[in-house]
Amino acid sequence: MIKRLLAGVLVAGLATAAHAGDVMKMAVTTSFHNSGLAEVLLPEIKADLDLEVQLLVVGTGQALKLGRAGDVDAILVHSKAAEEAFVAEGFGTHRREIMYNDFVFIGPKDDPADLGAATTASDALQKIAGAKAVFVSRGDDSGTHKKELSLWRAAGIAEDGFGDWYKSVGAGMGAALNTASGIHGYILSDRASWLNFGNKGDLALLFAGDPVLFNQYAYLPVNPEKHGHVKAGLAEKLEGWLVSDRAKALINGYMIDGETLFVFNAE
Amino acid sequence: MTELFPLKVRGAATARRGKMLVGPVDLDLCGQKACVVIGPNGSGKTSLLRLLHGAARLHRGTITWACPTDEARHHQSFVFQRPVMLRRSVLDNIAYPLLVHGVKKPAALDAARDWAGRVGLTEMLRRPATVLSGGEQQKLALARALVTRPKVLFLDEPCAALDGRAMREIEAILTDAKTAGTKLIMTTHDMGQARRLADEVVFLLGGLVHETGPATTFFDHPETPEARAFLNGDIVE
Amino acid sequence: MTDLWSGLAQAFWLVVTLDAELVEISARSLQVSLTALVIASLIAMPLAALLAVRRFRWRRGVIAILNALMGLPPVVVGLVVYVMLSRSGPLGVLGLLFTPAAMIIAQIIIVVPLIASIAHQSLRDLWQEYHDLLISMNVSQWQKMKTLLWDARRALLTASLAGFGRAIGEVGAIMIVGGNIDHATRVLTTAIALETGKGDFALALALGFVLIGLAIAVNLAIHWLSRTEREGRW
Ligand SMILES: Nc1ncnc2c1ncn2[C@@H]1O[C@H](COP(=O)(O)OP(=O)(O)O)[C@@H](O)[C@H]1O
Ligand SMILES: [Mg+2]
Repeated sequence: MIKRLLAGVLVAGLATAAHAGDVMKMAVTTSFHNSGLAEVLLPEIKADLDLEVQLLVVGTGQALKLGRAGDVDAILVHSKAAEEAFVAEGFGTHRREIMYNDFVFIGPKDDPADLGAATTASDALQKIAGAKAVFVSRGDDSGTHKKELSLWRAAGIAEDGFGDWYKSVGAGMGAALNTASGIHGYILSDRASWLNFGNKGDLALLFAGDPVLFNQYAYLPVNPEKHGHVKAGLAEKLEGWLVSDRAKALINGYMIDGETLFVFNAE
Repeated sequence: MTELFPLKVRGAATARRGKMLVGPVDLDLCGQKACVVIGPNGSGKTSLLRLLHGAARLHRGTITWACPTDEARHHQSFVFQRPVMLRRSVLDNIAYPLLVHGVKKPAALDAARDWAGRVGLTEMLRRPATVLSGGEQQKLALARALVTRPKVLFLDEPCAALDGRAMREIEAILTDAKTAGTKLIMTTHDMGQARRLADEVVFLLGGLVHETGPATTFFDHPETPEARAFLNGDIVE
Repeated sequence: MTDLWSGLAQAFWLVVTLDAELVEISARSLQVSLTALVIASLIAMPLAALLAVRRFRWRRGVIAILNALMGLPPVVVGLVVYVMLSRSGPLGVLGLLFTPAAMIIAQIIIVVPLIASIAHQSLRDLWQEYHDLLISMNVSQWQKMKTLLWDARRALLTASLAGFGRAIGEVGAIMIVGGNIDHATRVLTTAIALETGKGDFALALALGFVLIGLAIAVNLAIHWLSRTEREGRW
């Protein structure tokens, strides 16, 4: 009796491996996943190409690392310099721009640093630093984190100018937003994550629109010359779909609360 | 037919942390006759039985059976002063020694049922052994020891905690076993029981064999003053 | 507090409407953890029995290591398994990273020391009780182990259930080696971590309640099974 039960569990457990249709793995950033766009695109890809794309949702740093190790077949991230290095080192065959969205400044509604009156992203950061208002940083080497650091540099504030008010939490977008909500801090977020965030509390969108805040997403297939097992054929098929008119319509048409999130710009 | 006897014990002794528990002992035992080991508490009765059975380490001397020792062990059973109950049913307890030695399950269960009947446990075959009374547990231990039809049965004070009736029942089983050709080597505190069962007696004192001989001679005309005093119920050191 | 109540309410609705996604990840949680549990038990129980009946040179050392490993941080296990299974790692050719198999492997490593330690304690006590009898019956090493395992089966069940509790509630290791891929390696605990990250505390709590309910249900089911089994025998 017991033996048969155990055998049953074992067989059921080990039989998971069997899978129908094509399957490939793609590493994407947390911010892309939080946007909810994947839930629109993946079923369409499945329907059009009979291809199941399994998403590994990680930071940009780890996504690139997964590609380097050959643990995924392609990556979709937003950190141009790191992507170009990835291709230059031969880990990716090429870099294909797909779409962009934008970053926004979030902060407490009462806005102690007066971000509402900022004119540029640099101006906004200078106001925060000037008021020594609490600022929450992802601090996780993600694309968003890298973007934030480059914005600080552009605003002329060096990292050693960060005081106690600068909180590096080492967490994903949602978790960092949770923290900002809890301690009434300012934070840089991608628009999609912000709109989908369920715990807004007394946080509000305070500044957006500076072109430096645009966030370009690119698709990079992992190089089969480095990792013979990667599914280069499937990655190519997926790329073809991502730059098609069909993808264009879906991406440009994706909205949350009546707001467009992404702009398709593949060539 | 493997023959175990005569058993020759020469200068055998066992120690524990440097302290001699029993021995050196010289003994000659032959088959058939029931051998009862008596002596005051702590005189080494249990230790001697364990030594003969091979359950205690032989530190000195020799114990020689008529056949190789390994083979001799397969024809021995041991009943402990405090019976060990496997956490199984009465029936499974009795069948256990047969099963571990490769007897097929149906045959083992049949034999176990048969022995349970002989010791009067038929009513409680399916009960967990651990809930039996002291007397029932001792009878179960006896059935489990006899189910393999051993040539030698060691018993360490099998009736120590039992009332008169249970004692008589167990003595009857032992007498049957003896008639069936099993050599009994047992210890007891009860001189009445010793007289009823013994053919030969080994009297231990301070870990040494103080006196040994046929039961009738020993009980009627003990040679040493210590044996005489022990039989009279006096304290012997 | 409102999150707690809406979490409870949401958990209730998810369960009564048999929400497809909930059913899928719950089934995967069960499948992964039960498979890991069965394999871990098949490793841990004989090991515990061997440690109980056999006196070998490194016995004390092995027991001490097992006890220490009971407190193994799952995240570290996850990392090590990850590095081993990564395509650039020694076992990369198997292609197991980010599959349920990888999660099962990590959970096995996490629960084997726990099950073996708890099982060893009860088997050691039973062995003290049985020692003289089994020695006097010339029982082989293998038979001793079998006897102990069978007669201590109820205590071993408790050991297994402790292992199951640790496996099904674990998140650190399986998040790393499974990757929390939707429809592939997402289980209850990783889904909870994900929803918490999205700030959806109510849904995260709802999943948490389902997880607790599932763990209790499995415990009850196994106890019930073992009880009927005992009544059948005795
Ligand atoms: N495991 C042991 N360790 C140390 N001393 C022991 C051990 N077993 C028995 N002894 C000692 O050995 C002597 C003989 O014991 P035992 O054979 O049990 O005597 P008996 O059965 O005649 O009462 C006693 O002094 C007892 O205390
Ligand atoms: Mg004694």
